[in-house]
Amino acid sequence: MLKSYTKRLLRFVTIGSVDDGKSTLIGRLLHDAKGLLKDQYEAVESLDNDREGVNFAFFTDGLKKERELGITIDVAYRYFSTPKRKFIIADAPGHFEYTKNMVTACSRAQVAVLLIDARHGLLSQTKRHLFLASLLQVKHVVICINKMDLVQFSEERFEAIKESVSQYAAKLQIIDIQFIPTVATKGFNVVDTCEEMKWYKGGSLLFYLENVHVDSDENRIDCRFPIQMVSKNESPFRYFGRVASGIFKKGDEVLLLPSKQKSKILKITLGEKEIEEAIPGASILLTLDNNPLLHRGDMIVRPNNQPETTNRFNCMLFWLSDLGLDSNQPYYLLQAHRQEVCHIKTILYKLDIETLHREFPPSKIGVNDIARIEIQTTSPLYIDSYQKNRVTGSFILVDKNSLATVAAGVII
Amino acid sequence: MHTHLLELESEAIFILREVVACFEKPVLLFSGGKDSIVLAHLAKKAFFPEEIPFPFLHIDTGYNFPETIEFRDKIVRKLRVKLLVGDVAKAIEEGWLAEPQDKLTGRNKLQSDVLKQMIESYGFQAAIGGARRDEEKARAKERIFSIRENRGGWNPDNQSPEMWNLYNANLKQGCHFRVFPLSDWTERDVWDYILEERIEIPPIYLAHRRAVVEINGQLLAYSPLFFDKDIHTIIKKKVRCRTIGDMPTTGMWLSSASTLTEIIQEIDQSDRTERGARLDDQSSSFSMEDRKRDGYF
Repeated sequence: MLKSYTKRLLRFVTIGSVDDGKSTLIGRLLHDAKGLLKDQYEAVESLDNDREGVNFAFFTDGLKKERELGITIDVAYRYFSTPKRKFIIADAPGHFEYTKNMVTACSRAQVAVLLIDARHGLLSQTKRHLFLASLLQVKHVVICINKMDLVQFSEERFEAIKESVSQYAAKLQIIDIQFIPTVATKGFNVVDTCEEMKWYKGGSLLFYLENVHVDSDENRIDCRFPIQMVSKNESPFRYFGRVASGIFKKGDEVLLLPSKQKSKILKITLGEKEIEEAIPGASILLTLDNNPLLHRGDMIVRPNNQPETTNRFNCMLFWLSDLGLDSNQPYYLLQAHRQEVCHIKTILYKLDIETLHREFPPSKIGVNDIARIEIQTTSPLYIDSYQKNRVTGSFILVDKNSLATVAAGVII
Repeated sequence: MHTHLLELESEAIFILREVVACFEKPVLLFSGGKDSIVLAHLAKKAFFPEEIPFPFLHIDTGYNFPETIEFRDKIVRKLRVKLLVGDVAKAIEEGWLAEPQDKLTGRNKLQSDVLKQMIESYGFQAAIGGARRDEEKARAKERIFSIRENRGGWNPDNQSPEMWNLYNANLKQGCHFRVFPLSDWTERDVWDYILEERIEIPPIYLAHRRAVVEINGQLLAYSPLFFDKDIHTIIKKKVRCRTIGDMPTTGMWLSSASTLTEIIQEIDQSDRTERGARLDDQSSSFSMEDRKRDGYF
């Protein structure tokens, strides 16, 4: 059995509304799992004079402006390890204006930890977050129903919220969803379980994160190797890149796109070491039979399993810039080491993420809007649906004047 | 190798290759410290069997540990890369930078000016650095491809979003990128990787007996450049560096860790962060953010 790169490194995103206690939960997780050290703890203690105890939110809100305003503006990354796993937390701001950061944080997450205030239950904000997490294919969602102390640790309250969230999630194709009652300020069910909620038989949040199965989420079937760079030295050419999906083995027959020429893998190497097979996520160097001429953005696949080659496709687009979408304007599209000029052909509908209502004809697409769109590129791309492949199924749009990233898209 | 290190390595190599594929003139910021040593090792691995396709750049304050400079030169020779040095002391001598009032910690800030000047004069489009998000809370908000506008400054309030592994490398006139391949590594990951890959490190990372001076509870390496024998009490202690900066700002840790394995054990038991011994980080709670806004790495 081949090892998986992702098994021992878990990326998760934490999502919550403004006052759900998300930063407190992360602070607690870091502190109790010893991901926070004494000097960090003391630095925060000395900043925080007007509250009781330590304000864990200060561990994640790192920028001046964030502390001044008392909100999280930008995605913050935090790290901790237990003997079982290394964890990378992307802490996404829950405030509506900052949805772009949520998309950023979810794009690489394997697990989403979503907070709900037990007093308020399922709010529209939570629905938006669940919906975004599902669109971005975060396969595992764990819902922390937090501030249970403020609802007298009521099992009925917990069950009622669980029921309403499950009903909503059923519409969204979220496959794995779990619920944990927590009190982040006291650490209940964060790292350790507690006496106060004996009716809860499940494990703590950390226990869940340490044990959630993510191995099978990887696409090990469809072989895709987008060429990242080709060395300038000729004969033999060297093809540098990272396996997007599938497993490449020495001796495999491969198909080269766009030429549709066939070739064979002579050698897989990384550094001075030769390797027998490369799994998803592996940065490698390939040596091919016949030394074909290939370029950045070309793709190495298997003859009987090819991506779609097309210059027109449908996608869900997340608009991330204050400059609204202008369908008369061409944009740069970046996907799998390609950068092509593209046009928005059709705006099929705009999606109201609170009601999931499809607005047609759509009004202007602005920041934080989500729309289903048809895009045309000047030359064909090699694409898969995002559901099948996170690498070949995702892209970003760049404004041709400001050169800033203005949108992210997932191919349907 | 542990699979989480394989993933971190693979990602860092991906980022290094992306820099070379997207920019004609990249440079790697090399200080001779452990993070930049790991970067250099990864660069060799990423492009092997070819040579590393970019020069290294060191901003030298003139206050470095002699051991660091010696090691820096050795690595550069071994890897056959070109080393460029931005010389802070020379800039002060020539008068375009003023000698800071606080002689001990002041030069650290001047590094930013020399770095910006070097990037500008060579026309570098991307400067690869070894900064990690776990080091410091302002760095926790960094992008991997981080744009520097307005004369090298960082604007953390308005950063472009970064999704998946799609890095927008389109560069506006007058701007450059700082690229951080070790963003997701922790101090522990760096040491684990050094151990696994048997990467050579400067000897000052290992415990050794050294003449030190105690200033405000911190042990600083003694050098006649900064300390007067008649004023300061010099003591001999078994110490090591946990991070390496300028001599006058790098606190030495009391330590008996003389092997990599012992270093890792020590880090695991420590209740202090590595930058806890850096005086340059302690001037205020936001000093890293302020320096980064000003163009620091």
